Amino acid sequence: MEQTLLRIEENRPLTRDILKIRLTGDVSGVERPGQFVNIKLEGLFLRRPISVFDREEDAITLIYRTVGVGTRRLSEMKAGETLDVLTGLGNGYDLTRAGDRPLLLGGGAGVPPLYWLARVLREQGKRVTAVLGFNSAEDVFAEEDFRKLGCETTVTTADGSHGIRGFVTDAMPEEYSYFYACGPEPMMRAVDRRAKTEGEFSLEERMGCGFGACMGCSCRTRDGMKRICREGPVLRRGEILWEK
Amino acid sequence: MREKAADRLRVDLCGIELENPVIPASGTFGYGYEFAEIYDINRLGTFSFKGTTRQPRFGNPTPRIAECPAGMINAVGLQNPGVEKVISEELPRLKKVFSKPVMANVSGFSIEEYAETCAMLEAEEQVGWLEVNISCPNVHGGGMSFGTDPKQAAAVTRAVRAVTKKPVIMKLSPNVTDIAEMAAACEEAGADGISLINTLQGMRINLKTRRPVLANVMGGVSGPCVFPVALRMVWQVCRTVKIPVIGMGGVSTAEDVLEMMTAGAAAVEVGAANLTDPRACLRIIEELPAAMDRYGIRSLRELRSPEG
Repeated sequence: MEQTLLRIEENRPLTRDILKIRLTGDVSGVERPGQFVNIKLEGLFLRRPISVFDREEDAITLIYRTVGVGTRRLSEMKAGETLDVLTGLGNGYDLTRAGDRPLLLGGGAGVPPLYWLARVLREQGKRVTAVLGFNSAEDVFAEEDFRKLGCETTVTTADGSHGIRGFVTDAMPEEYSYFYACGPEPMMRAVDRRAKTEGEFSLEERMGCGFGACMGCSCRTRDGMKRICREGPVLRRGEILWEK
Repeated sequence: MREKAADRLRVDLCGIELENPVIPASGTFGYGYEFAEIYDINRLGTFSFKGTTRQPRFGNPTPRIAECPAGMINAVGLQNPGVEKVISEELPRLKKVFSKPVMANVSGFSIEEYAETCAMLEAEEQVGWLEVNISCPNVHGGGMSFGTDPKQAAAVTRAVRAVTKKPVIMKLSPNVTDIAEMAAACEEAGADGISLINTLQGMRINLKTRRPVLANVMGGVSGPCVFPVALRMVWQVCRTVKIPVIGMGGVSTAEDVLEMMTAGAAAVEVGAANLTDPRACLRIIEELPAAMDRYGIRSLRELRSPEG
């Protein structure tokens, strides 16, 4: 974990409720795809955890959905303003388990952390399949980004207005070596029921600190108690206890 | 004459000298190592480790955290690995990053359990003080019931007092009618110190779902929003008991520390601020000398002469 001040380079809408923000500065704390940052916003007590969409040498890009007062405030911030950010939080994805044909499954606001993962896997020469699920055509984002990486990319929409009608589980390929999934819990449960291989899920929980101090985001797993912010947010398929 | 810089911040807490009065509060600092990653935690006066019980506890279901203006609400529910693991795993790990006496925070569900846990920690050399939490608002059938009845509070104090030679600091709940009465009962039963306040009971409702935000419905409010309430209670307790008082509740600046100590606190715990600004305690320690200069305070010890 590092605490750092980052400068907003751009903060623009991608869809009606999804924005993309690019931050520059010392991002050396951001180590692995699947990690998240925790952002301090003026007037709000708790920081807001957001996953990392992509990482460059001196910049990170986040894609976030405006869901409440915190993300709305973030959406109002302008280029040139600075943010106090805790970086390099969470465990991140395990790239060593990907195999030759990893499958990436993202649902809505769960799509962003899979992009950096896809880029690294492509750089390693893997054949990457991405299935991205949204509610409707107007909610779709990042489709072109995944295609440009050379991922075999399929988009599903619940109302059929773009790509395949249905959910990501309706477009899972026959063959893949391992999967990485991030999205709403019902989607991830459906993936868990359908998947034929080992894989991992990126989970979400309300957090106090985001770095393991408050025990606010603990969950039970087959391997004992884990903090989503510290031993997560990525958990292996075999250790998750979905019942709650 | 101007005191030596380092001496200005020194305070005594139940016979153990602290380099400065700043103590991260239990439940906001884990067992120290997360913070040791970003600064040398030996800079602290000491810290109070995560509330420990006789048996391991998972705590409450999630969501356990809600936000409120200038603060937060938690219903963690005393998640901890249990005292045996704290002794066998956490304390040996802590020793590598922290060389000072640490404050052991203990909770329980019966008087016997409090005593048993404290007796086990008695043998631990690095434990300097026992901070006995009779005030957790987030567990049912224990915790706070000891903190709302002066007779029960005294009984816990006596039971713990009997099994340890270390200073016993009773941590009080603000969720009572008469905080001074609670403090007096603990003092009379043999406590060496009082710490207060634990969190204030509160809740939030999610208007989208029309359900409470916290799975536990209610939780404990902390953060700057509780500071005036905490300060008032510290003031009252300092005018009731003669034993040292640790002030806490929403402390997030050097000025807050000075207010608490002017009210009579011997030392100050910092809680929620650690969670939003992991360097909060270090920043407060570094800001203290300049803040003292602004108000003509030569040393923190001179503040400890409550009157009225």
